[in-house]
Amino acid sequence: MTTHDQDPQASEARELERQLTTPRSLLAIDVGSVNTRALLFDAVEGRYRFLAAGVAPTTAGAPMFDASEGVRHALDTLESISGRVLTGAEEQLLIPSTRDGSGADNLASTLSGAPPLKAVAVGLLERVSLESALNLLGTSYVNVVETISLSKRRRIEEQINAIVKQRPDLVLIAGGTDGGANRSVLNLVNALGMAISLLPAAQRPDIIFAGNRELAGRVKGFLEELTAVHVTENLRPALTEENLGPAETLLTDIFRRRHANRILGLNELNTWSGGNLQPTAMSLGRIARFLSLLQAKESPAALAVDVGASSTIVAAAFNGDLRLRTFAGLGVGEGLKTILEQCTLEQITRWLPLEIDPVYVLDYIQNKTLFPATLPAEREDLAIEQALAREAIRLAVGAASGRFPRNARRLHPDLLPLFDPILVSGAVVAQAPELSQSLLLILDALEPTGIQQIILDKNNLAPALGAAAPVNPALVTQLLLDPISFLNLGYVIAPVVDARPGAQVLRIRIRYETGHSNTVDVAMGDLTLIPLPSGRKAKLEIDCFHRADVGAGPGRSLKMSRPIVGGPFGVVVDARGRPLHLPTNATERLETLRRWHHALNR
Amino acid sequence: MLAPVTHVTALARIRRRRLLPVPGVVKVRAGQTVAATDVVAEAIAAPEYAVLDVARSLGVLPEKANGYLMRQVGDTLAKGDLVAKRGLGREALSTADGRIAAISNGQVLIEVRSKPLQLQAGMPGTVAEVTADYGVTIEAVGAWVQGVWGNGLINSGNLAVMAEDPNDRFTTDKLDPSQRGTVMLGGYCGDRKTLENSVELQLRGLILGSLATALIPLAKRMPYPVLVLEGFGKLPINAAAFKLLSTNVGRDISVDAEPFDRFTGERPEAVIGLPAGGTPPIPLDLELFRTGQRVRMSKAPRPAAIGVIKSLPAGLQRFPSGLRAAAAEVELEGNEMLMVPLANIEVIG
Repeated sequence: MTTHDQDPQASEARELERQLTTPRSLLAIDVGSVNTRALLFDAVEGRYRFLAAGVAPTTAGAPMFDASEGVRHALDTLESISGRVLTGAEEQLLIPSTRDGSGADNLASTLSGAPPLKAVAVGLLERVSLESALNLLGTSYVNVVETISLSKRRRIEEQINAIVKQRPDLVLIAGGTDGGANRSVLNLVNALGMAISLLPAAQRPDIIFAGNRELAGRVKGFLEELTAVHVTENLRPALTEENLGPAETLLTDIFRRRHANRILGLNELNTWSGGNLQPTAMSLGRIARFLSLLQAKESPAALAVDVGASSTIVAAAFNGDLRLRTFAGLGVGEGLKTILEQCTLEQITRWLPLEIDPVYVLDYIQNKTLFPATLPAEREDLAIEQALAREAIRLAVGAASGRFPRNARRLHPDLLPLFDPILVSGAVVAQAPELSQSLLLILDALEPTGIQQIILDKNNLAPALGAAAPVNPALVTQLLLDPISFLNLGYVIAPVVDARPGAQVLRIRIRYETGHSNTVDVAMGDLTLIPLPSGRKAKLEIDCFHRADVGAGPGRSLKMSRPIVGGPFGVVVDARGRPLHLPTNATERLETLRRWHHALNR
Repeated sequence: MLAPVTHVTALARIRRRRLLPVPGVVKVRAGQTVAATDVVAEAIAAPEYAVLDVARSLGVLPEKANGYLMRQVGDTLAKGDLVAKRGLGREALSTADGRIAAISNGQVLIEVRSKPLQLQAGMPGTVAEVTADYGVTIEAVGAWVQGVWGNGLINSGNLAVMAEDPNDRFTTDKLDPSQRGTVMLGGYCGDRKTLENSVELQLRGLILGSLATALIPLAKRMPYPVLVLEGFGKLPINAAAFKLLSTNVGRDISVDAEPFDRFTGERPEAVIGLPAGGTPPIPLDLELFRTGQRVRMSKAPRPAAIGVIKSLPAGLQRFPSGLRAAAAEVELEGNEMLMVPLANIEVIG
């Protein structure tokens, strides 16, 4: 072997080159809580493309308890749409593809449609190790059913009773900084051991020990007679340092193994995916991280948000540093219960552009939790679901932003940092009947500031690509930059400004590639569009009045060095104010909402 | 496309697994006939524990405490019983009545006697199979109506139908002392007072077409099972269920108002046991949509309406909301034709 062969970077580059010159098709399967989707990607005319999707109801739960039935139906649909044979005579997947072009070269699979794992978080101090434990568990489909820490000052029997009652799938121990106190950690571990010994062998949780590394051996020795103990690097090696990465991998392994053992059909799917069945959230996180690195110089932060029926994911990446939060139980199907618990009915109905009896809204929400797969066929029902999606996103992003880096650049302390791009997926947003509904929903829910590109993942491709990244990075790179697969809704200019309604806050000069230019004056309260055909580039110069801030500082003009790209709405200027305020008077509010809808529907 | 099924059937063979969440004791044997309220298995599902710190009581290091113990795992204790002794003066006495569940690191864990979880049969039938330590599979033949929400209770009694038609309201004037101790079928309940007053009738169960969302907390507190057939808000009882129930007045009906759980398959339901005349088939829980199927709408514009699939048009259809989805053309009663998203209908089986 030559030195050249041993160079990992060179080897990686050669592999990438090989992939680019020898295209490989990809089949992606996502088992969601409501639907199972099969997606097919392949090279067409020298570029990777998304070809088709097949969808079927998920069958991981009752009455089938076998995810493979839903997968089979999704594949049947995909086969009939794409014309490609994907399964063999005995219904086995054709991976890799055969000489006649049947099948696909790789399979990537993702899962969100399983009950969340129940976890107990154990830490020494609530604001240190326990906080890190919760941060880790928040990255995946996990319900934290109990937290144990010294700060809580609970008696040992209370801790034991809690664990026995909850019967968790997972216990995460994150106590102690390296070289720090250890007797307290061992006391907690002793209580934990007693509790676990009381559970039937088949119901005992996996233990992740991600605490003081000097104690790892003793903890393992104490607990491994009772159950599986996984030791990984300390989540909080020092008071000011958090290290979630290694434990994240372990958490994914446990998620995969527990569900594969519990739900028929997942083991097979995992095997076909090379043992790499991914939590959907983790895959989306990988895409957010990639996007944040893509144009790291100009825009080092990217945001991906997915609103599902039973969970909502917020993946924010800051120059490769991923802050992922999965809100299992918060969604627009079964997850509506959480929305009702966490916000008032008025917070939901304030977004309705139609007059709908609040009692009907409440009944609708309850019925939707019973039938999460149903679709809003009536105008009123659609308006309610889009209002619920706004609140789901606001709740999730609000909670997730607590973990964003303090130094992330933002124009207002209570609003999102500057993300570019913002990628949004989830059927309720991405498959809205009108693109203007998708865009307005995103603007209302996220309240972006500055100048940000909004991308709509209409076919929910991002998690599939995240899962496929290790096996076919070339495909992932090409698809993410493909404006057809990921629809560029356009750039949004949203100043942070405090001015009276109607006062001029911006003057925007747009210089088109053709050499022409256009100047638009924007008043406080406007939601307006500047023409820029889809895919066409232009440069912007923005003058700010009334101390309006679009990213250069209050009142300071901005001349963008890089061009922006037009979407179906051209360039969107959202001068409605940040934070967004809705009139409290019902009639005025309805008029305002209708005006906003109309503004994007021109 | 796969089609979910709601069972509303006059005669079917029904199999139900009734399993404890933790190992326990199965109280019935295979072949035994059971009533809906019979306890088929029981276990201490959520025991309470008390910790006796022997090391501290004796004033010794935890690793030395075991040497002074006078009891072992499994021993039964009464409060004040001697558990460990050191010399003449130092004793560790039990702090509770119970059983020693574990001993570790100088601490004795006492399982305090707790009320057992009793698992009821949920429907009248025969024990078809015993799953050792966990529970049973019960089989019954009878009429079967599934609902969408339940308050978690089980009971049975004679069926009294107070709803005069599927759109009827369940109101105070429907409460008649002669219906004391029955399982009552009402329509839509939107009145708190009616629900509160119904307690005085000592009902064995209440089957409602629908319930006002605001009354959910009250319905959860009712002392008898409350089964909601269609959902929340003013919805009619679907015609198939209304016909089936209203033609069985006076028969013994069991109501298993388990909450709907998509992952476990538990679903609230009512069963009217009928003498087994042969072995009717076990209906499928999942089918494929096809023309001729009887279906129930689960959403506007006609929630709870029953109809028959007349065609399954290819491609996607557009609906008033603007949404496009795979659909079925359904003929409702009265020859009304309606295009409905497949996602919004369930097969009646």
